[in-house]
Amino acid sequence: MTSSRGLVGWLLLAFFLLGTFPSANAIPAFARKYGLRCSACHEAWPMLNYFGQKFKDNGYQLMNDRDAPIWQNPSYWPVTFRITPFWHRESTDKVSVDTPAGPNAGLAKITYSGFDLTGLDFHTGGTLEKNLSFYVLPSSDETGAFHFETVMGRFDYLFGSSWLNVKLGKFELDNLISEKRILTLTSISGVYETYHFIPVGDGNIFGQIGDNQLGVELMGHSVDDRTRYSAALISSTDGNVDVPYGSNSYSGFFTASQAFDAGKLGVERIGAYLMIGDAAVTYRTSGGVPILSSGLGNKSFSREGFVGQFYFGKLDFQVLTQHGWDSAWFGAGYGDAPDGGANAAGATLPTGARAPTWNGYMVESHYTYSPQLIFIQRSEWERMSQQACPVGSCTADPMSSNLGNIDMYTFGYRYYPIMTSRAGFAWHNEYSWIRERGAAPDGSDLTSSSLLLGFDFDF
Amino acid sequence: MRMNLFQESLLGTALVLALCGPSFAQITPTKYDEDQRLNMESHVGNLSGHASAAKADYRRYCVGCHGDIGDGNGENAPYLDPKPRNFTLAQFKCRSTPTGTLPTDEDLYNTIARGLDRSVMPPWNTFTKQQRADLVAYVKHFSPKWTTEKPGIPIVIPSEPEVTADRVKGGQVLFQKLECWKCHGVEGKANGPSADTLTDDQNHPILPYNFTEGARFKCGSSDADLFKIFMTGLDGTPMPSFADNVKPEEAWELVFYLRTLQPKNDFNAREKAIAKQLGLKPIDPNVPLPAPPAAAAPSGQE
Repeated sequence: MTSSRGLVGWLLLAFFLLGTFPSANAIPAFARKYGLRCSACHEAWPMLNYFGQKFKDNGYQLMNDRDAPIWQNPSYWPVTFRITPFWHRESTDKVSVDTPAGPNAGLAKITYSGFDLTGLDFHTGGTLEKNLSFYVLPSSDETGAFHFETVMGRFDYLFGSSWLNVKLGKFELDNLISEKRILTLTSISGVYETYHFIPVGDGNIFGQIGDNQLGVELMGHSVDDRTRYSAALISSTDGNVDVPYGSNSYSGFFTASQAFDAGKLGVERIGAYLMIGDAAVTYRTSGGVPILSSGLGNKSFSREGFVGQFYFGKLDFQVLTQHGWDSAWFGAGYGDAPDGGANAAGATLPTGARAPTWNGYMVESHYTYSPQLIFIQRSEWERMSQQACPVGSCTADPMSSNLGNIDMYTFGYRYYPIMTSRAGFAWHNEYSWIRERGAAPDGSDLTSSSLLLGFDFDF
Repeated sequence: MRMNLFQESLLGTALVLALCGPSFAQITPTKYDEDQRLNMESHVGNLSGHASAAKADYRRYCVGCHGDIGDGNGENAPYLDPKPRNFTLAQFKCRSTPTGTLPTDEDLYNTIARGLDRSVMPPWNTFTKQQRADLVAYVKHFSPKWTTEKPGIPIVIPSEPEVTADRVKGGQVLFQKLECWKCHGVEGKANGPSADTLTDDQNHPILPYNFTEGARFKCGSSDADLFKIFMTGLDGTPMPSFADNVKPEEAWELVFYLRTLQPKNDFNAREKAIAKQLGLKPIDPNVPLPAPPAAAAPSGQE
């Protein structure tokens, strides 16, 4: 009791001290280049506002004559790092534990807390020349193991038209509600469930539109960015390098959106997206082991959804719905070879196996009290509409109709005591809760929660 | 009556304050003074903008350069060239109104959406119309001038005549006669003999416009925008208004000639073709201007 009081006191003190910092005010690499505060492009960083989205769509250019790097001070180096040290408390209500009755014979609620770190991101991006953009993001996990999260080059304004921009490399799909600019950080809410939902037992990891993907994208927009479209051709590898899956499997991702001027309310946007793809479900084997990159028998999948961004002054809502469909082969667990989801050529489907389908819904709302304080709430619901193996079929693994359904809720706030055109700092406080139907070891519902308090900063 | 040293000092200080006080008040705007004008409005078409409604947007988007009190001394000002506009002076480059007058609300409204080429001021065309109108009112609230003066009356821009060889040549003569070359250079490359010596009203070094780079001008990209620039001048810069020296029809000739100096773009195909046809060479300031023909046919009638 005493220790928890001490912790609360410490946190209050920290909050008080942060509150006494002089108010200043931007985004490091781009902000330093253009002299704009981070609030110019971000509703609250890292979430983009409408001007920031246009800046990104223009290839990280303001479209004045100062976009080429030749205009920069030669010592300017377009690099930003971001990391978040934090304290968190994680709780899961049903974890298999050993008991006197035997191994994994019991279930227990496990709760732990402690200080921790996120990974470290090194963002470097901008222009190599007017209308020639790049972005490179080496990103580490919390142990310091690095991978390339983003590596892309982009030709902007081909033939002088804002409607023709081409990028090649590994990049975030053109999701209007960007997971890479998510405002929530807990182990539960750090990604959008809807972007990553995979039905229980499904082997299709390739339809996760929240993951950065390898490919090429054609993107265009009106000069004021009111109208946008994009079409991407990507390898069905979920962004993993070295083509570890089917060597001839590709997916397409298409988006279109339109924004409207709603007077005093702000700018409202609605859009739609579609991902259709192919990925291998069986592999050649060597000594019984799947040979990576030797995928055979491509099967299809699709994700389609609607997006809305609605502003009502300081209050905004981001709404997303998604319908997902996977081939019955994925539903039966084929697809992810490196993870064991492979089978030799000639494999057959279980009797009665069907294509799993589901619907996802997400509502995220923000109240932007000022550019320095934002309140966040998000609710997500994933609902299976057809299981791969409903009860009565697939004799091995019958599934209840709600198996895998997810309910997720999170709320929190971010306070930016300093916001300058040199660095960013946020005090982040958030609580998340999730329930996964039938995901507990005994087949009952699994519930987890996460509380996080931390310093999110970049420079 | 003799004054002692203390009395002399007191009197001196009082005199200095009396003399300098009003000018201090003018050149040192305060947040308090400005807040008194938060009821400032703007009117653009059917839109009414309100300064008080733009407070948050100004803080979010503008304050880093233009500063909390609109004096152009935001945190980035020391690193910017050209310097951000000092709104407290109510002096604006891009206007449709005569030199020395306040711009119309619409001028400011258009500038926000268009941005200013050759500066870091981007096109803020993502704002709603209402946001822009509110920001115009907010920009105005920084200077008391908007409460005591009315905007100038926009200049009349006659309809654009046809581009002809005579008009292009006429424009070239004007370019030499008006000594545009002294700053902009004989080829429009901003390398005239005075180019390196120019400063603006704030005594900041300023470069003349280089016509050979890009298609956009400081205040727009159309022929009418260019017409406006030299007929209204860019207040606060060495670019004067030529409204008193150039007739409107001559101004169009100058527009056509200046277009020939630009690289080929969406706006100058006719002018470039005529320049090529004429074999137009850069002017030579040392060669006297040709005498005006005794009875020249009206421009455009060949």
